[in-house]
Amino acid sequence: MRAVLVDAGGTNIGSVRYALQRLGADAELTSDAARIRAASHVILPGVGAAGPGMRMLREAGLVDVIRGLTQPVLGVCLGMQLLCERSEEGDTECLGVVPATVRRFADIPGFRVPHMGWNGLRLTRCHPLVAGVREGDAAYFVHSYAVPDGDYALAASEHGTSFAAVIAAGNFMGMQFHPERSGALGAQLLRNFLSL
Amino acid sequence: MLSRRIVPCLDVRDGQVVKGVRFRDHVVVGEIVELALRYRDEGADELVFYDITASPEGRRVDREWIERVAREIDIPFCVAGGIRSVDDARDVLHAGADKVSINSPALERPALVGELADAFGVQCVVVGVDSLRDDDGEWRVRQYTGDPSRTRALRKPTLEWIDEVQQLGAGEIVLNCMGTDGVRRGYDIEQLKAARAVSRVPLVASGGAGTPVHFVDVFREADVDAALAASVFHSGDIGIPALKKELRAQGIKVRL
Repeated sequence: MRAVLVDAGGTNIGSVRYALQRLGADAELTSDAARIRAASHVILPGVGAAGPGMRMLREAGLVDVIRGLTQPVLGVCLGMQLLCERSEEGDTECLGVVPATVRRFADIPGFRVPHMGWNGLRLTRCHPLVAGVREGDAAYFVHSYAVPDGDYALAASEHGTSFAAVIAAGNFMGMQFHPERSGALGAQLLRNFLSL
Repeated sequence: MLSRRIVPCLDVRDGQVVKGVRFRDHVVVGEIVELALRYRDEGADELVFYDITASPEGRRVDREWIERVAREIDIPFCVAGGIRSVDDARDVLHAGADKVSINSPALERPALVGELADAFGVQCVVVGVDSLRDDDGEWRVRQYTGDPSRTRALRKPTLEWIDEVQQLGAGEIVLNCMGTDGVRRGYDIEQLKAARAVSRVPLVASGGAGTPVHFVDVFREADVDAALAASVFHSGDIGIPALKKELRAQGIKVRL
């Protein structure tokens, strides 16, 4: 196994790497196309905004590289949103490997945005990525934009509305929450991903 | 459904966790990573580390201990104290912190809040507000509260400041109610309710926790998203597992 972390300027890259190290795995941080193509698993972390995230991928010449990957790819938080077709955040065209549009949480009284904290998962589809996850297990979220619930969702969560918490479309997968900050559940999910 | 968060706050000085009045009589309570892991194991939802040396001495936060915490801990943590610029915040976030919290520097230069939000996203930007009720009944902001000899009472009403920082890009507000802080008689429900009414982003209550009932009250009556406390956790007077059990028994959603 040779996993890599794609450097798209996210501030959580270090944390994701440490989480992998806690599992006894390591991942090189790279923006080199050849090394990304040669990896067994590719992780696209990301904290920040969609526009700057896509701009970094474009400037590094990685947009088509990522679109063309056939090995397991995992987007975390913003990384998951970048896998979608578009994001309402800055009206940004994204990678387009998951058929969805990222939308901002609506203003609903009592539901604060950003959606910040531990929220329960509702399993919607069987998949090895969510093996061992139990209904209601809580993960740590912090985001203002979300991918709507849909066929690609493996798990959903609720914040005024239902949204996709874990997704998979072929080899492209994503987690809206932060597995690196979601305790034992997060470790389990990362382990599942590395086992694919 | 989103759980209400319980957030222990740890004061850090020279790489160790200390307790005492913020700038006097410090006693070392323990090693940072060890205490962080203990709170994680007990069920803390998030941790706040307040670097009490960096802030008043004009020093930047030491990256070394933040990296050590980030390597070991698998719950989110925020670093406060000593963050005055986008570069300071980048250092802290790249070292592995999930959020940065700014207080006095935001009052010195409110544009800093927006600069941080643009650079890292609003979800990383916490604004801490120290507030006290003045004789005329108005809650107003205090600055440099870390050092009693430098603390200043500002004319800015607390609720106006809370509104302003949200417009600038704060993703979370920590309201430290100084009138109830340190006396363990409960959170300042009245002030927190007023702050809640003007907060569209998550609101964290701080100052006054003494018993589990105080947590029940602040979640139920002031509808805050999280409750922060320090001394009751460090002293062991309140254990987080027992606190969460009590909250759940009272119908408050928590992560067990």
